[in-house]
Amino acid sequence: MNKKVKNASVALEGVTHKMTLMLGGFGLCGIPENAISELVNKEIGGLTCISNNAGVDDFGLGLLLKKHQIKKMIASYVGENNEFERQMLSGELEVDLIPQGTLAELCRAAQSGFPAIFTPAGYGTEIAEGKEVREFDGKMYVLEHAFKADFSFVKAWKGDSAGNLIFKGTAKNFNFNMCGAANITVAEVEELVPLGELHPNEIHVPGIFVQRIFQGTDYEKRIEQRMTRKKE
Amino acid sequence: MLNKTSVAKRIAQEIKNGFYVNLGIGIPTLVANYIREDIEVEFQSENGVLGMGPFPFEGEEDADIINAGKQTITAMPGASFFDSALSFSMIRGKHVDLTILGAMEVAENGDIANWKIPGKMVKGMGGAMDLVASAENIIVAMMHTNKAGESKLLKKCSLPLTGVGCVKKIVTNLAFLEIVEGGFKLVERAPGVSVETIRKATEGNLIITGEVPEMKI
Repeated sequence: MNKKVKNASVALEGVTHKMTLMLGGFGLCGIPENAISELVNKEIGGLTCISNNAGVDDFGLGLLLKKHQIKKMIASYVGENNEFERQMLSGELEVDLIPQGTLAELCRAAQSGFPAIFTPAGYGTEIAEGKEVREFDGKMYVLEHAFKADFSFVKAWKGDSAGNLIFKGTAKNFNFNMCGAANITVAEVEELVPLGELHPNEIHVPGIFVQRIFQGTDYEKRIEQRMTRKKE
Repeated sequence: MLNKTSVAKRIAQEIKNGFYVNLGIGIPTLVANYIREDIEVEFQSENGVLGMGPFPFEGEEDADIINAGKQTITAMPGASFFDSALSFSMIRGKHVDLTILGAMEVAENGDIANWKIPGKMVKGMGGAMDLVASAENIIVAMMHTNKAGESKLLKKCSLPLTGVGCVKKIVTNLAFLEIVEGGFKLVERAPGVSVETIRKATEGNLIITGEVPEMKI
C-alpha cells in the first residue's frame, strides 16, 4: 500500500483551524520538524497540541507559540520555554499539565482502542480533582480518558512507502505511541527507503498505523543540553 | 554538614547489586558517579533508555541519544531504547527497583511536593508523579532547609503534592532519615552535626531512638 506523499505541504492537507494535534518528541529529540514548519507556513491557528513538551523559544512548538497558533497545550513538562510561560500566566494559552506516563498511556490507549485507563499517577494531588478514583488491591487509581486527536505528527529515522517505521536512539519516545492514535497519522522520516529494504524483524511501527509518509528535509536536530567529557 | 556530592555518595551506599535505578535531575544525577565498582547497576531514564552511560566524548554527541534532562548521553553495552509507554511500564509495573529524586517538601507521612509553586513556578511534573505513585523504594535527596532557612521536612506539605505517602528514605545535608509510623526516624547524623541541630531544622515529628550514629561517607 502506497502511503508516500511528495512533501510536508501535501502531507498536511486537511489540517484546519481548531484541530487537535499530537506531536511526537521528547524535548527537541525526535520532533517532527518539517510538520511544525509547515503548520507555521500554513498559518493554521486555534490548535490544541498534545506533546510531552512545548519546544524552546525559537524551535519546535515554540515556533507555533510565537505566532499564537496554539490555543491549548496538553503536556507534562514545559520548563524550557519563556514565551510559553508568559502566555500561560497571562491567560492567552490554556494549559493542561498531566503526568508523563499518563500522557504516554493515553496515546497508547487511543492507538489501541481503550477508552480510558486507571493509573496511580496523580492520586491525592490536584491532577485527580474531579476525576473518578477507584481502589484495586488496596491501592488507589485515577480514571483518565484516552486522547482524541485529528492528526498525529511523528518523526522517524527510516521509513518506507508502506508506512513502516524505524526510530533511532531515544527519538522513539512519544513518536511510537502516537502512531495510529489520531484519525490520521503523518510520519516524516530522515530516510525514505525503497519498499523491502527494511527487514520485517527490524520494523518498530507497522505501516498500518501510518496514513501518510514523506521524506523530510533540512533536519536541524538541535541539542538542548550538550554535555561531553574529555578523553583521558 | 554534607555538600551535594556527599549527599550523593551516601545515597549511592543504598544501591544494591542488580538494581535498576531511575535518577532524577540535580543531586540524584550525581549518584551515578559513586556506585561501588564491584556491583552491577543499570540506570533507566524515563525518556526511553535503560543502561544509560556517561556523557559522550567531545565530538561524539548524538541529538538522538539523550536523557530525561535533555542532556546528551551514551548507552552502555547491553543498553536498550524504547518508547515512552514502555518506559513507564517499567516504572508503574515496579520493574525499576529504586527511584532517587529531589523535593521541595516532604511530610512526616511520606507525602512529597516537588513540581509546582503556585503563581511562581509552573513547569509541569514530567515523570515525577508516575515515579512517586509507583516506586516501592523512593529516596529523596535534598537540603534539609530551604534558602530562607525554613525546614523542608514538615508535618504537612504546603505546596501542591506530587504524591501521597510514598517517600521511604531521605538524605539531606544534615541527616539520613526514614519515614516510619508517626514521623521522620533519625537514622544517621551527617559528620559533625548534632541531634539538636537536626531537631531544630525539622518541623515534622522527629523520632529518635537511642544513640544516633554518624554517617560514614
